[in-house]
Amino acid sequence: MTSPLEQKKIKIAGPSVVTANRTWDGIVVYRTAAKGWSAELSEAAIVRNSDEARALLAESIADDVGAIGPYIAPVQIGEDGKILPGNLREQIRRTGVTIGQPAQV
Amino acid sequence: MYAYDEIDRTLVNERVSEFRDQVKRRLSGELTEDEFKILRLQNGVYLQLHAYMFRVAIPYGTLATNQLRALAHVARKYDRGYGHFTTRQNIQFNWIKLAELPDALEDLAKVGIHAMQTSGNNMRNVTSDQWAGVAPGEIEDPRIWSELIRQHTTLHPEFSFLPRKFKIAITASDHDRAAIKIHDIGLRLIKNEKGETGFEVLVGGGLGRTPFIAKTIKHFVHGRDILSYIEAILRVYNQYGRRDNIYKARIKILVHELGIEKFSREVEDEWRQIRNSSLEIDDEVIEDIRSRFTYPSYEKLPHMPDELRQAAADPDFEAWRKNSVAPHKVQGYSIVTISLKPTGGPPGDATAEQMDALADLADKYSFGEIRVGHEQNLALPHVAKRDLPALWKALDKLGLATPNVNLITDIIACPGLDYCSLANARSIPIAQELTRRFANHELANLIGRLHINISGCINACGHHHVGHIGILGVEKNGEEVYQITIGGRADENAALGTLIGPGVKFDEVADVVEDIVEAYLALRERPEELFMDTVKRLGVEPFKERVYATR
Repeated sequence: MTSPLEQKKIKIAGPSVVTANRTWDGIVVYRTAAKGWSAELSEAAIVRNSDEARALLAESIADDVGAIGPYIAPVQIGEDGKILPGNLREQIRRTGVTIGQPAQV
Repeated sequence: MYAYDEIDRTLVNERVSEFRDQVKRRLSGELTEDEFKILRLQNGVYLQLHAYMFRVAIPYGTLATNQLRALAHVARKYDRGYGHFTTRQNIQFNWIKLAELPDALEDLAKVGIHAMQTSGNNMRNVTSDQWAGVAPGEIEDPRIWSELIRQHTTLHPEFSFLPRKFKIAITASDHDRAAIKIHDIGLRLIKNEKGETGFEVLVGGGLGRTPFIAKTIKHFVHGRDILSYIEAILRVYNQYGRRDNIYKARIKILVHELGIEKFSREVEDEWRQIRNSSLEIDDEVIEDIRSRFTYPSYEKLPHMPDELRQAAADPDFEAWRKNSVAPHKVQGYSIVTISLKPTGGPPGDATAEQMDALADLADKYSFGEIRVGHEQNLALPHVAKRDLPALWKALDKLGLATPNVNLITDIIACPGLDYCSLANARSIPIAQELTRRFANHELANLIGRLHINISGCINACGHHHVGHIGILGVEKNGEEVYQITIGGRADENAALGTLIGPGVKFDEVADVVEDIVEAYLALRERPEELFMDTVKRLGVEPFKERVYATR
């Protein structure tokens, strides 16, 4: 995973969010505009340029108790305004493994 | 089985209370993640894509039934009802909550299980042959020496802050089931001309982005000197190993850059200084460890019991027996490999129900003992031949009697992009598709021994370099692409596979493997010529031509 420090110089190519894992249970969360964390991508704060991304990431890193390993991840905005993951990794993080889990088969 | 002494039990229990306090301080904010990370890693806790991952050690692959039940309990109570057996005799839980981890550790500590040496830049869980102590022709039980090294290295300061992780594997049989040549140190138990026990020592093996097969550094180190010799190697590594570049920090890079001769001289210099010291092992120490391993009271049983003779009429039983049952050192007994590679299933996964039921079967048929192998399968090491038919029926009901051990569907695969934060591509769905393609056991048997290994990134946790067919997933322009190698192997003749050509897309991988297999079937001179023999005889070109002729 790319560390936040490595991302300081990041130039985002499109709409992005900050994502991390919630500290107490590890689930995937997204930074919200209300300076909190949400398990729903639809509630994520969207950033559209490098300055906004850097600021949102800095704020996220400072909330070390809430979530760990924050980084900037690309998203796509659908025509209906729906936020969608921008790559396969983020798709898997949002919707879960692409395979059946043994205990559920 | 090995019985831990009071020192071990105290150590394990103290570690639980320490970690409970550390987690409490982390959740309160008293510890930052940077401060906490090394502490959680020392207890096998990683952060993966969806959750924390908890890796638990199964030293030298030996489990008692109460321990397997405890693992089932953790899977059920703290995770999602299953666990994943890895390529280094560990089990991983993928969905654990940090806040509940101390309770899980405490539950495991009650049966002597812990997560020490499963992560971090230290000496990792010492692995061994899953058939240790029962394999015919074995020099002696390698677990005694594995346990000696485990005791010496656990929390040893010299081995706790190494440049990178460090892995040791031990075998005592001619056929290497522990993959010692792809370890930082590989130990092969041998006897010298006086009949004394010692080791051929190999060093500098490893996979990852820069793979190397280990080289022999010393042809015989007496058993009494093995700790001092290992420590001498570690001292040289600690002194010269690269700490400035994570990609060059493993001992394999140091051995490669210094050359085995110079590295060997450095080790000899160190060894001279520490050889005749408290590190020299008294026979009593070995005997004390040996006495803590209990062995079953085997019955005197016939080589071919009536039950087995009668069951031979059932072709399904025979297919399983021929595939999964191996000779035991004691007449009338067998070693039974339990395939964790069902058709369409994730390799190495077992549900809590399967673990509990297998523990019951081990109590009934295997003197309460289970083994874990690096191929991500389990084994029952002491099954009376008369019990094989009943055991097979019970395993079949549990979905644990797939007769594919060592065949094309007995695939080693890392968790890949479905779970792992380091992965670039998925591994498990590739394995699942291949098990469906080759689900016909007659076809699989026609193909014969063929190992497929799949890794979802260059870190090579699926050991793709040493797969007869190796599959490496990478990411290219946002897409999963898979590079295919052939000709690798992880046994006593370990070798790295050769890349056959450009990478292929996710949807094409199973087709490519089918092409390679079809080419092999057409090219082999006789049915007994194994895939690896054909590759050795002809090289990769005929396979390359077949795969890329239409792509």
